[in-house]
Amino acid sequence: MSDTDTAWIETALTSARPQAVGALLRYFRDLDTAEEAFQNACLRALKTWPQNGPPRDPAAWLIMVGRNVAIDEVRRARKQQPLPEDDQAISDLDDAEGALAERLDGSHYRDDILRLMFICCHPQLPATQQIALALRIVSGLTVKQIARAFLVSEAAMEQRITRAKAKVAEAGTPFEAPGAVERSERLAGVAAMIYLIFNEGYSASGDTAEIRKPLCEEAIRLARLLLRLFQSEPEIMGLTSLILLQHARSAARFAADGSLILLDDQDRSLWNGAMIAEGLALIDKAMRHRRTGPYQIQAAIAALHARAATPEETDWTQIDLLYGALEVVQPSPVVTLNRAVAVSKVRGPQAALDLIEPLAPKLANYFHFYGVRGAFLMQLGRNDEARIAFDRAIALANTSAEAAHIRMHLDRLIRDSQPKGGGARQGATAK
Amino acid sequence: MLYAILCYHDEDFVGSWSREQDEAVMKKLAVVQEKLTSQGRLGPVARLLPTTAAATLRKEDPPLVLDGPYAETKEQLLGFYIVDCKNLDDALDVARDLGAANPGGAYEVRPVGVFRPGGISA
Repeated sequence: MSDTDTAWIETALTSARPQAVGALLRYFRDLDTAEEAFQNACLRALKTWPQNGPPRDPAAWLIMVGRNVAIDEVRRARKQQPLPEDDQAISDLDDAEGALAERLDGSHYRDDILRLMFICCHPQLPATQQIALALRIVSGLTVKQIARAFLVSEAAMEQRITRAKAKVAEAGTPFEAPGAVERSERLAGVAAMIYLIFNEGYSASGDTAEIRKPLCEEAIRLARLLLRLFQSEPEIMGLTSLILLQHARSAARFAADGSLILLDDQDRSLWNGAMIAEGLALIDKAMRHRRTGPYQIQAAIAALHARAATPEETDWTQIDLLYGALEVVQPSPVVTLNRAVAVSKVRGPQAALDLIEPLAPKLANYFHFYGVRGAFLMQLGRNDEARIAFDRAIALANTSAEAAHIRMHLDRLIRDSQPKGGGARQGATAK
Repeated sequence: MLYAILCYHDEDFVGSWSREQDEAVMKKLAVVQEKLTSQGRLGPVARLLPTTAAATLRKEDPPLVLDGPYAETKEQLLGFYIVDCKNLDDALDVARDLGAANPGGAYEVRPVGVFRPGGISA
């Protein structure tokens, strides 16, 4: 078997996975059985495909073989005696597979995949378990890969996934095709889960960025898959656009020493042009529907940054307005904090400071609040107060990159003790 | 005669390529493209963004805009080449070379009726 064959088969298994596991889950109504059936089918594929050539429809092949193997296992366990080797039965699949593929088309395809994703974003599971389960079941990442991305031990991740599966089994899952209302609720849940996966990868610091990048890429793959299933959902377009536009900047986000590079300072030639083009095309399309939602608004903000060839060309007025819209749809102190950065660009640091002062009680433990506050104070020449804010930010920093970034501000304050705040940067635009 | 070589493949499959796999395929294709370029036979080459980025205008009255690609098929149009070929056999040979570099899916080989190179560069 050549390398090309192996790579081809692995890709075919990955791409068939959501549909195949989804269909097997519908059939067996048990996550473990479905997953095991799929694994067994994959083993057969690795053995059979290089000899017989790839099947016409890999997903249909895997579903049929997975189902047969699992049924045989049940029979075998019941009879306590081995059955004859059944490879012949499988190699003779051609016609059956075609017929099955026909039946699979359309009717259950969407619901199977959606159900599979929905199970992973079960509301009773904490976010970290949702992500771990989705990466294991929908994406087929190994426990080792997931553990590495989460920077935890393999044993800890194994336990997290086992617990999540147990909780899902306990809670029971409705297997009927969801109705229109339920489907749109599920869709929102699945979108949130994909966004969580993305953020998990995106929140990497400089030394973990390479390790966690696959999470972002997987989130993009899943978002595109979901969008292909629901082509006219503007919020799914918005979500896909948002994560594409964010991820497009990944090559420019960290310096060689692992420190964070702020948006304004990033080398824009390192941004991924194809991803930006796709993100912009999607948000353009979404806007035509005139059904605005939080993902679309965030994508529209990201699009304004992406469209600016230089930081000076950024349309801050429009960004301010969009954050205003986001405050209406999804009010949160963090959104207001982000808006304040735009306000500082449009109406100056005092107006921005006035906007964030009331947030202090709610964001008392939020790193970015003090970073942004410190930057505004610095711009106003209130250096002593700025220093206090920056000290607080360092104490609350989640990563060494965040702390290092604030320290840079502090160094600048100490260096130019003259009360002139030129060149101040805002923490919240770091992303 | 100019031939359009239209590249079809299952988008789920191509979308599941890792970055390394994608780069490896593009590198192999570049070898074929360079050969054609040196012979002065290669016209524009386009790789299309995913079909999720597409919208379709149905020419009804009034025209109707739909999300997604025109055809709902298992394999999607992912890109195309314009190549100068002596005849269909020649064009199929080119498609075979491309296919060896990027197996799976299908190439539709279509003679081009009208071709204007246009004035934009990407």
